[in-house]
Amino acid sequence: MRKLQGWKDIPIGTAIIEAGSSVKYLTGEWRNARPEHNKDKCTNCLLCWIYCPDGAIIVEDSQVTGINYDYCKGCGICAAECPPKVKAITMVKNQN
Amino acid sequence: MARLAALTGNNAAAEAIRQIKPDVFAAYPITPQTELAEEVAQFVADGILDTEYIPVESEHSSMSVCIGASLAGARAMTATASCGLAYMWELLPTTASLRSPVVMVVVNRAFNAPLNIHCSHDDSMGARDSGWVQLYSENAQEMYDNLIQAVKIAEDETIRLPVMVCMDGFIISHAVERLLLLEDEKVKNFLGEFKPVHSLLEVNNPVTIGACALPDYYTEHKKQHSEALRRSLDKIMEVANEYAKISGRSYSLFESYQLADAEYGIVIVNSAAGVTRTVVDKLRKEGVKAGLLKIRVYRPFPAAQIVQALKNLKVVAVLERTDSFGGVGSPVFTDISAAFMEAQTKEKPLMVNYIYGLGGRDVGLKDIGKVYANLQVINQKGKIEKSFAYLQARE
Amino acid sequence: MSDLIEIRWHSRGGQGAMVAVRTLARAVIKDNKYAQGLPEFGPERMGAPIKAYNRFSTQPFSLYCRIVNPHVVVLLDPSVAKIVDVTEGIYDDSKLLVNVCLPPQEVRERLKLKNGKIYTVDATRIAQETLGRPMPNTPMMGALIKLVPVISLEVLLNEVVGEFIGKCSPGIVEANLAAIKRGFEEVSEE
Ligand code: SF4
Ligand code: SF4
Repeated sequence: MRKLQGWKDIPIGTAIIEAGSSVKYLTGEWRNARPEHNKDKCTNCLLCWIYCPDGAIIVEDSQVTGINYDYCKGCGICAAECPPKVKAITMVKNQN
Repeated sequence: MARLAALTGNNAAAEAIRQIKPDVFAAYPITPQTELAEEVAQFVADGILDTEYIPVESEHSSMSVCIGASLAGARAMTATASCGLAYMWELLPTTASLRSPVVMVVVNRAFNAPLNIHCSHDDSMGARDSGWVQLYSENAQEMYDNLIQAVKIAEDETIRLPVMVCMDGFIISHAVERLLLLEDEKVKNFLGEFKPVHSLLEVNNPVTIGACALPDYYTEHKKQHSEALRRSLDKIMEVANEYAKISGRSYSLFESYQLADAEYGIVIVNSAAGVTRTVVDKLRKEGVKAGLLKIRVYRPFPAAQIVQALKNLKVVAVLERTDSFGGVGSPVFTDISAAFMEAQTKEKPLMVNYIYGLGGRDVGLKDIGKVYANLQVINQKGKIEKSFAYLQARE
Repeated sequence: MSDLIEIRWHSRGGQGAMVAVRTLARAVIKDNKYAQGLPEFGPERMGAPIKAYNRFSTQPFSLYCRIVNPHVVVLLDPSVAKIVDVTEGIYDDSKLLVNVCLPPQEVRERLKLKNGKIYTVDATRIAQETLGRPMPNTPMMGALIKLVPVISLEVLLNEVVGEFIGKCSPGIVEANLAAIKRGFEEVSEE
């Protein structure tokens, strides 16, 4: 659980003084559908990587190697952008 | 050696700005501030003042520029009046809660309609809750002195808030009067360099400013701002004392004139205090115990101090150059009433609220004389029949 | 505040009353006295009747209001007297300085004035002859300090030189100084 700070502890003037602090904000917490990547079908065109609004597509050496579920919010953009002939990403609804 | 000068209020503000040397001055001309904006532009064009003068296309932009400049670490200033202040309204609370120490001259002018270019305090009084420090000036000398102090107050590390310095349009902004100026060097040393808390341009320590805060944090940001403004009273006095040392002119949160043993008092803001003081002198010679309280620091409101200064009077009139339409009374009246409520003093004066001087209506010795006469009548009757009135409105 | 002198100027927009009250105030202040030059801004158009005010004193004063009881009335344009009560609030011994080519006695008859003391100067003609333009404010400043010797002619001339220097050619500065001097010398009193 995040501990909320008091008014004396936050920097003045609304400043966020810690660079890249959004890393701590796990947007994956509110995902209700999960993209699943199929390495065998993937052509590594990287369209999904370009379009993902949360930078959740993991790329190593120009190859999509997986999805970072800490930040993937399940919007489905990657699945929609993956070329129709390839369809390497499918969205899977959360159980419960 | 101090320099003797003959300047208008606008000239005096421009001269202070020249000595303050803001890194950025962004202004849009509006009557009766125009001469001031022109004079600063002239200083820059003549190479006398090394300031980035940004001739913006609106007041909304002038304040936006000042915020950006200030957060980037620049000493930023602007000046406006009336509708110009209204047009930058959206940015006023933003400037303050971002804790940008922008300093702005407000040449008080009435709001429309009907169109009027003359003095009312509608503009700055309307902005009283925007979270800025507000200083008011009776004359050109006070504008000059307040403006220099404003920069020191704004940039103080414990305050870091924008400051509005106000004077009456035309009555002061356009009249030539005598004043004393400080040497450039003294002003420079008094103010020192502006050091931002977090500069947007510091690449090694990148910061985000003005991001969104959800209900879980918004309250904390506002509380922090509120506390900073409330706490600033002591610092404002410290700055005044320090300024007295270099200028020989002392300032307080408000001016108490003949108040110590007064029975009848007027509370007033800006130039009409001068006329009131003259009437007090006359009445004192006639044996009437008249006094004057002139507001200098209006935000933060020195509530406890004002209660102390007024509590032993018999009758007080709060005279104001603006109305708070539909309210209990005008802004200063409402604040003083609330201050007495908060202080719960046993002694308190009877208090009335009169609106005067709207849209530049002249307020002379006779007008003020009549108010003191009214106060004496109220005292004789022991009760107030009409607590709120427009002093000069024809029936 | 006993030696406070209050002066009310009546003129029309464009005749330079604002410049005159400000210049006089500057000159008096630089002579280490107290002064105020307070123009009244109205509809701000050429030809509209306007008022402007000067206060002079050797002591500080804090009056930021219009002058209702003037010790001196300056009438920069006598035609204003037809539409404005220029003698309003004057004292029995107030002085009236009028820019007109008539002798003081005739002005008294035309204004139907019982009190006060009238002074006249043909400031428009002086201005025409010295400056080549009908700007009566310049000679009128000279005339005024003849009546109200709060500063010497020299102090006023110095102030004008200081204000004009670098802005106008030496010829124009000279013409203005000549206009002030003639205003000072050519005042007729009742
Ligand atoms: S579902 Fe949305 S957030 Fe998750 S990887 Fe795909 S595009 Fe990115
Ligand atoms: S868009 Fe589809 S094919 Fe292209 S890299 Fe992403 S998953 Fe692979």
